[in-house]
Amino acid sequence: MGKLLHRVLPGVAVVLLVAGAYLGLFWAPPDREMGDVQRIMYVHVPAVWMALLALTLNFCCSVTYLFKPSWKTDAMAEASAEVGLLFGTVGVLLGSIWGRPTWGVYWTWDPRITTAAIMLVAYVGYLALRRFVEDPEKRAVWSAVVGIIAAVDVPIVWFSVRWWRSLHQVQSSPKTVDPLMVLPLRVSAFAFLALMIVFLARRYLIALAERNAEVALPEALPSDDPATRGGSGASKVVA
Amino acid sequence: MSAPRPIGVLRTTLVLMRKDLLIEWRTRARLNALVFFAMATLLLFSFALGPDTRLLERNAGGYLWLAILFASVLSLGESFRVEAENACLDGVRLAPSDARAIFLSKALGNTALLVALGVLLIPVMVALFGVKIVLGLGDLGLTLVLGCLALSAPGTVYSAIASNARARDVLLPLLLFPLIVPSLLAAAKATTLVLQGDPMHQLGSWFGLLSGFNLIYWGLGFLLFPKVIED
Repeated sequence: MGKLLHRVLPGVAVVLLVAGAYLGLFWAPPDREMGDVQRIMYVHVPAVWMALLALTLNFCCSVTYLFKPSWKTDAMAEASAEVGLLFGTVGVLLGSIWGRPTWGVYWTWDPRITTAAIMLVAYVGYLALRRFVEDPEKRAVWSAVVGIIAAVDVPIVWFSVRWWRSLHQVQSSPKTVDPLMVLPLRVSAFAFLALMIVFLARRYLIALAERNAEVALPEALPSDDPATRGGSGASKVVA
Repeated sequence: MSAPRPIGVLRTTLVLMRKDLLIEWRTRARLNALVFFAMATLLLFSFALGPDTRLLERNAGGYLWLAILFASVLSLGESFRVEAENACLDGVRLAPSDARAIFLSKALGNTALLVALGVLLIPVMVALFGVKIVLGLGDLGLTLVLGCLALSAPGTVYSAIASNARARDVLLPLLLFPLIVPSLLAAAKATTLVLQGDPMHQLGSWFGLLSGFNLIYWGLGFLLFPKVIED
C-alpha cells in the first residue's frame, strides 16, 4: 500500500501529465474559433473537476464526522479541503489566463466565475478556522459544521452554467466534442486524478500524524481557555 | 431514551428571545452602537465617493446592505459575548433548553435587531442620498426582512463558533462574508429595484433567490447548531 502510494502513483501521475501535455499541445488540432488558446482547456477543466471532487469529499467527511467522530475522517476532511482549494485556485487562474484572449478580460462577474470565487474564499475561511481553534475535538466538530454549510456552494458552481446562461460555456460531453480533443482531455483528467490522490494521501497522513500528536500530548498544545482543557486527555473521539 | 423536555422548542424559543430582548431593552447598548456604526458607514460611503448625488442614489441599495452587513458582524458577535459572561450559555442549556431553540432565539433576535436597524437607516438614506421609494413600503419591508433573515441564520451559527475560537473578531467576517455574498447580492438588487422601479418585473426572482437561501441556511443552522455548542 505504502509503495503504491509513494512510488507508483506519483510515477503514473507524472507520466500521464507529460502524455496529456504532449497530446494537448501538439497532437490535438487547434480550435476553429479560439486557435491554440483553447489548449488551456486540457488542464483548466481537469483542475476544476478535481477541486469539485475534493470538496465533495470534504462534505462527505464532514457529514460522516458529525455522525461518527473519528480522527481519520477529520484528517481526510482537512486534506480534502486543502487539496480542493489548491486545484480550485489553479483552475481559476488558468481560466483567467484563457479568459483574457477569449473574452478580452481576466475577470468578469459571470455566475460561474463568481460562484467559483465564493467557493474558494469560503474554503479559505474553513482552513483559517482550522488554524484558529486549538482544541482538536472542537476544531473537528466546528470545521465539519462549516464544511457542510460551505458545501452548499459546490453544486451551485457546477450547475451555475445551466441555471444562468451567461458568458462561461456549459459542460461538454464526449458526444459534442471532436474525438481528437476528447483523448487529451481524458488523459489529462486521469493525470490530475492521480496527482490529487497522491496529494490527498500525503496530506491525510500528515494531518493524521498531527492529530495523534495532539491527542497524545494535550498539555503541550497552546490553549486559549485553560479552564476547559484540564480533562482533554480523555478523548471522546476514537482514532 | 432522550431526556424529558418540559416545554417544546417553540415555547423555549419565545422564552429565550424574550430574555435576550429584555437584556437588550434594559441597556439598549447594542442597538445604539449598531445605529451609530451603520450611520457612520453610510456617511463614509458618501465621503469616499464624493458629492456625486446621482451616483449615491443609484447605488443606495448596495450601501444600505453593506452598512447592515458590517453592523451585523457587531450584533452577532455581541449576541454570544453576552452569554459568555458568567457561563450563561451553560446555564441556559442546563435549564434545560433545546439547543435548537437557542439557535432560533438568537437568529430571530438578531433578525429583529437588524430589521429595526434597517428601518432606522432608510430615512437616513432618503436624507443623505436623496432616494425615492418607488415601489412602496411593503416591498421594501419584505426585502429588509428576507435579507436580514438570510444574514442572521448563518451568522448565528458562525458567531457561536467564532466566539469560542482564537481571533474571533477576524474569524466571523472571514467565515460569514463569502457565504452571504448571494444573499447580499439578491437583497441589494431587490432594494435597488424597490427604490428605482421595476419595469422588467425582476423583483420576484430576487425574492425567490433570497427565500431559497433562507430555507437552506435556516434548515442547516437548525440541524447543525446543537453540534456547535455541545461539549
